[in-house]
Amino acid sequence: MGLWSLMEQFFQQLTNGLAVGGIYALIALGYTMVYGVLKLINFAHGDLFTIGAYLGLTLLTSLALNDYVGGFLGLFILAVMVMGLVGIIGILLERTAYRPLRQSPRLSAVVSALGASIFFQNAIMLIYGAKFYVYPQDLLPVVPINIFGLSIPLMRIIILLASVVMMIALYLFVQKTKIGTAIRAAAIDQGAARLMGIDVNFVIMIVFFIGPALGGAAGLMVGVYYGQINFTMGWIYGLKAFTAAILGGIGNIPGAMVGGLLLGVIEALGAAYISIAWKDAIAFFVLILILIVRPTGLLGERVAEKI
Amino acid sequence: MLLEIKDLHVKYGNVEVLHGINLEVGEGEIVTILGANGAGKSTTLLAISGLVKASQGEILFEGRPLHKLPAHQVVKARISQSPEGRRVFGTLTVQENINLGAYTITDKEQIARTRKWIYELFPRLDERKHQLAGTLSGGEQQMLAIGRALMSDPKILLLDEPSLGLAPLLVKAIFQTIQEINASGVTVVLVEQNAKAALRLAHRGYVLEVGNIILSGQADDLLTNPEVLDAYLGGS
Repeated sequence: MGLWSLMEQFFQQLTNGLAVGGIYALIALGYTMVYGVLKLINFAHGDLFTIGAYLGLTLLTSLALNDYVGGFLGLFILAVMVMGLVGIIGILLERTAYRPLRQSPRLSAVVSALGASIFFQNAIMLIYGAKFYVYPQDLLPVVPINIFGLSIPLMRIIILLASVVMMIALYLFVQKTKIGTAIRAAAIDQGAARLMGIDVNFVIMIVFFIGPALGGAAGLMVGVYYGQINFTMGWIYGLKAFTAAILGGIGNIPGAMVGGLLLGVIEALGAAYISIAWKDAIAFFVLILILIVRPTGLLGERVAEKI
Repeated sequence: MLLEIKDLHVKYGNVEVLHGINLEVGEGEIVTILGANGAGKSTTLLAISGLVKASQGEILFEGRPLHKLPAHQVVKARISQSPEGRRVFGTLTVQENINLGAYTITDKEQIARTRKWIYELFPRLDERKHQLAGTLSGGEQQMLAIGRALMSDPKILLLDEPSLGLAPLLVKAIFQTIQEINASGVTVVLVEQNAKAALRLAHRGYVLEVGNIILSGQADDLLTNPEVLDAYLGGS
């Protein structure tokens, strides 16, 4: 093999890893934001991601969106609808499964989260059945894009761009807006936040909208990128994203972004150069390694802020 | 009366820590609440702010029941607090902390005006406004906690142990600033262990002991009261 083809293989894997990593990062943000304000791992988050994938498929086929608007605009409208709906489900989840247990020991909320996860997974199976579904593959024209002589599928570029745009938007929202600052304050000290006049319940509601909305978008992305979805897909993606959140430092928003992208790249390169069969093992090896070497995560210490 | 506390009981779990206290604060006053550790001073302030709930009794602010409001609405009703231990948001900048104090205020001009006033009261905060609050010294964090509480334009400012852990010179400066704040028209409720300094500053005082008010009166009278002298001012 010549040098050029080695390079080409490397860059193909790199961009693929970044696209998958962007998806991990979007899911990881939901874990990390909820952990920030409630110090709770929302184990049902992976299933909200699955719901995003299924809702995307249902909306695509039932509204026949592709026939009317098609292409980029169609995908954009679809993404907005999926995000809104999954966000609302997230708010309902918090109201029913977590808020009643706000004053209870932490373990009760964790058990409730596991219960919610089982509930969602079985609900999806009952509604859709236990089979694999296939996304329509004609959403966008299948034209590879040439970048520096490298031909990259259009969908991969869109996935990567969309996740980066969402992450930048979230970062600006959290850093620059009044409600974003309130989210950060509530993550540091809820009591002090209430003394500022911040309605902490409202802040938690916003977090439970944004996190699941991003997770739902990630579900839709997996659907359009890989073409195949299944009611248990949230389990493995949830675990991977959770790993990404830990890798970046749980509770830390930029950490989840970095952790997700990094994990995607490590996994893709590992699959290419070590063995594709070891893809998942490599991801969890990273989790074990980070827990041993740096339990606070990559950005966990430098930015001690818990969101 | 601006603020009236009537027969206030507060429980933490099954343990009652306030056994029915009565307390009044008039407009423009500085009222101090004295007492040993665990007497219920901070609990009283937290009850006013709505962070702990009254199990019995009422808290009236301008005649309206305050104890039924959630904490964030108490701030909107214009009572704010600089809590025990300062509780500044350590990983936010000084300016972000200050701005959060004005969370309930929507008028941008008013926010800018109050912020300017606070930076005049505490020039150190102005110098360090882009620094993370956690990197400030104890005294500066106390200034930040007070400044932040003032941003909501309160009628009543609740101060919980502003002198705790500060050097004597700094305590003097903080107390002087409290006087200035009061002179600008803000009513102050001051919880303190530093009884002498607090009574010199305050108009009136209350003495709390294990959840009951055992003494109250004009600050000057309390300063010379033998009981207070013995218990809180280290003898004569």
